[in-house]
Amino acid sequence: MAFKSIKYLLAAAFSLLIGFFPNASFAQENEQHEATAAHHATEEPGKFNAGETIIEHVLDAHEFHFFTVGDFHASIPLPIILYSPERGLSTFSSSAFGHGGHEIHEGYKLEKNKIIPVKEDGSADESVKVYDFSLTKNVVQMFIGVILLLVIMLSVAKKYKTNGAHKAPSGFQNVVEVAITFVRDDVARPNLHGKHEKYMPYLLTVFFFIFINNVIGLIPGSANVTGNIAFTAVLAVVSLLVILFSTNSHFWGHIFWPPGVPFLVKLILIPVELLGVFIKPAALMIRLFANMTAGHIVILSFVSLIFIFGNMSPVAGWGFSPVSVAFSVFIYMIEILVAFIQAFIFTNLTAVFIGQAFESGHGHDDKHGHHDEEVFAL
Amino acid sequence: MELLLPGLGIIFWSLIAFIVVLLILKKFAWKPILTSLKDREDNIASSIASAEKVKAEMAQLKNENEALLAKAREERAALLKDAKETADKLVTDAKEKAKTEYDRILTDAQNAIEQQKNKALTEVKNQVGALVIDVAEKVLRKELANKAEQENYIKQLADGVKLN
Repeated sequence: MAFKSIKYLLAAAFSLLIGFFPNASFAQENEQHEATAAHHATEEPGKFNAGETIIEHVLDAHEFHFFTVGDFHASIPLPIILYSPERGLSTFSSSAFGHGGHEIHEGYKLEKNKIIPVKEDGSADESVKVYDFSLTKNVVQMFIGVILLLVIMLSVAKKYKTNGAHKAPSGFQNVVEVAITFVRDDVARPNLHGKHEKYMPYLLTVFFFIFINNVIGLIPGSANVTGNIAFTAVLAVVSLLVILFSTNSHFWGHIFWPPGVPFLVKLILIPVELLGVFIKPAALMIRLFANMTAGHIVILSFVSLIFIFGNMSPVAGWGFSPVSVAFSVFIYMIEILVAFIQAFIFTNLTAVFIGQAFESGHGHDDKHGHHDEEVFAL
Repeated sequence: MELLLPGLGIIFWSLIAFIVVLLILKKFAWKPILTSLKDREDNIASSIASAEKVKAEMAQLKNENEALLAKAREERAALLKDAKETADKLVTDAKEKAKTEYDRILTDAQNAIEQQKNKALTEVKNQVGALVIDVAEKVLRKELANKAEQENYIKQLADGVKLN
């Protein structure tokens, strides 16, 4: 795709080391390139389609594409792992599909980022079911995040082991310790009613797992891992399991027989309460996904404005680029904050939901009123 | 729309990644970090508690010291008072004793004087008696010589003797 090259502009725009002028020259380069390469584009030739470009950037892909200059494609091919009951396991590099992604390899074809099985003549083969376990750019980036997280945390843990408990923390240990004590004292302790120690490993892992992927996702050119609904869905499902395993009879009692309401209202409330069990983690999933994706889309939109104006006239494109870059930098700053806030919110709400799951009935079974209000408020 | 469709691959890999991270970090990172954080906090808490305790002990010691000091002062005052009283008493006693002694000595002296006086008087009386006898002897001898003169002389003698 010709317009993937704006990702390079993104890299330039967000890097504080690079000022306006080199930035603008990239823009011009891209504009010129756009003119020459326009006829290669599959969709509406000659037109810059901002929406499509943006969505393409926040979506998962089978290769790490950085930029395209002329016929040169700066991209890293990623491994494709496919399993189909009919054809068995097949693994190959995504470069086998070619740069346009239209070449057929081992009976598979890449169409709009999706791998579909094809017959000899190139038409889709409906009889073959294929399961795609490919290491896409989100997966690879997540693995990088995981390795980084493990390296950081294990080295910090080693420092704790060697220094013992009676030595002041030093270096990176300080940063991690602040975050850990934050999760413990402001997330786990207030919500988990004295059982916080049991849930600390889970909450800490969720927090740092989301946080590191949020942060890596902010690097220009990187994939949008936490803005991928599959990724957030996995975290939400794990949270749901943790919540369900923490429930007690009092929790289910409130769902299947809400106390203190008339019988008919109970009939209405039971499905609502039951749905609530699943809506809570679903909200977690959508919140993280939507926030991270929205941030990326907003930044990409501001950058795309340059090209939209550039399509009208090169002068407009040039003139608008400082405004665009300024706005992008502003949103980018907010995104840095959001990277932390979303990790915190996910962890905090998980802790709140776990806390609700085993909130004990003792002490207020005789006075039902106030607890119900609490449930409705949430 | 594709944005909202979760991919099978990423679900699979992120689930594995998350579980692996959770298990590794739980065992090798969170456990030692959380225990040492807890240890440190406990240590700090106990240090503060013991510092408070020491402080309280110090305060108590100080109070005790002050009480002791006050008591010592009181004792000193009492001792001084006692000493003074004793001294006064001693002086008074000594004075009284001296007075009694003086009185006794005086009485003794007076008695002695009286005795001496009586003794002297007795002696005087004895001498007077002897003198009388002497005179009487002389008179008796003279009488033998001259009667008239004898009488005169007795008269003369009698005039010359004055008892005082």
